[in-house]
Amino acid sequence: MINKVVSGAEEAIKDIKDGDTLMLGGFGLCGIPENCITALVKKGVKELTCISNNAGVDDFGIGLMLQQRQVKKMISSYVGENAEFERQLLSGELEVELIPQGTLATRCMAAGYGMPAIFTPAGVGTEVAEGKEVRNFNGKDYLMEYAFDAEFAIVKAWKGDTAGNLIYRSTSRNFNPVMAMAGKVTIAEVEELVEAGELDPDQVHTPGVFVHRIFQGANYEKRIEQRTVRTRG
Amino acid sequence: MLDKNGIAQRIAREIRDGYYVNLGIGIPTLVANYIPEGINVVLQSENGLLGMGPFPFEGDEDADLINAGKQTITTLPGSSIFDSALSFGMIRSQKIDLTILGAMEVSENGDIANWKIPGKMVKGMGGAMDLVASAKNIIVAMQHVNKAGESKLLPKCTLPLTGVKCIKKIVTELAVLDVLPEGGFKLIERAPGVSVDFIRQATLGKLFADDDVPEMVF
Repeated sequence: MINKVVSGAEEAIKDIKDGDTLMLGGFGLCGIPENCITALVKKGVKELTCISNNAGVDDFGIGLMLQQRQVKKMISSYVGENAEFERQLLSGELEVELIPQGTLATRCMAAGYGMPAIFTPAGVGTEVAEGKEVRNFNGKDYLMEYAFDAEFAIVKAWKGDTAGNLIYRSTSRNFNPVMAMAGKVTIAEVEELVEAGELDPDQVHTPGVFVHRIFQGANYEKRIEQRTVRTRG
Repeated sequence: MLDKNGIAQRIAREIRDGYYVNLGIGIPTLVANYIPEGINVVLQSENGLLGMGPFPFEGDEDADLINAGKQTITTLPGSSIFDSALSFGMIRSQKIDLTILGAMEVSENGDIANWKIPGKMVKGMGGAMDLVASAKNIIVAMQHVNKAGESKLLPKCTLPLTGVKCIKKIVTELAVLDVLPEGGFKLIERAPGVSVDFIRQATLGKLFADDDVPEMVF
């Protein structure tokens, strides 16, 4: 049995270096790799390009890396909830590439499926299309978008086993499975790590072949961005 | 003249039994409150959920269960959860019957601008460009004029586009309008008490209106 287990976040990210391109799973603050982000902040690697749907908030998620000026470029679909992000963007310290959310997900998927590019109608006729090849299929225009090329993918799952198999919980799945498939090296942090054989193979979302390092994370905060409730009536 | 809830209520009448629907942030979210009795719809949230339920009861919030607006929500019997690529797969392959979203501007040929104002902080397009490029049926929910009193229904959009030739129907506080395939806005219904002339003055793009445009009925 191949064993993918590492001791923790610090060991998992030990060879991430200045200038690397990272994919980070999550949607908003939901399903983000909290332990690895903390370890990256502590390690202090810089000049990172981060592919992630969002950029966290000021004091949580990727926002913590922005505070330490570790990010050179963000590739995201929506970055609205972060004042420090805005400050760095307007001052020119931070580069940002905004791309449609479906394009972001599918460029990850393409990388994980071994396909160099995809064709999508998203952005045709808009500034997103500038400089991109347009192809017409069956009377409709599509943009050619390239698969992402990232040294590391860092994902968060609910359960994982020592063989690297992953199961996600609820909508914290989001970008995690496609990013897990897309990294040259994929690091998975999980809330509960079990022995190989304890997960039902039929229920595995990400097969262990895509995961290179796995560890059980600790102290998950799982912060809620917009707490919306109804009153019991 | 309608308030936001009135716009949402009017749009809800466009929803048919068995529809899968994606609701954008803002007025579109309110549409869920007005889906008529006996109409079964499944709401899609593009972060990876079909069958979005209401907000949880206080104390039942689950950080792992949110909608595309990052709000805590619930699932319903029959809900399913999936990853982001699959979510946009079902959008691109037109499995979603209706998309309802807000806009800053719509042009008389159906172009939409709703993500960027030059000179202001740009937050991003999120899933809007994917949705408008692929949806077979899009309704725009918006105010007829902006805060400066300028029409948002234009001959041509002035803001950076989100998508081209994709909008077919618009519901505002003043009117229901179709975008004609050959170009131009066709006035379908007036909000209660609003005259055709008033709507004409608030519409900068080409407006086609019959002599007897009906008032909305709720």
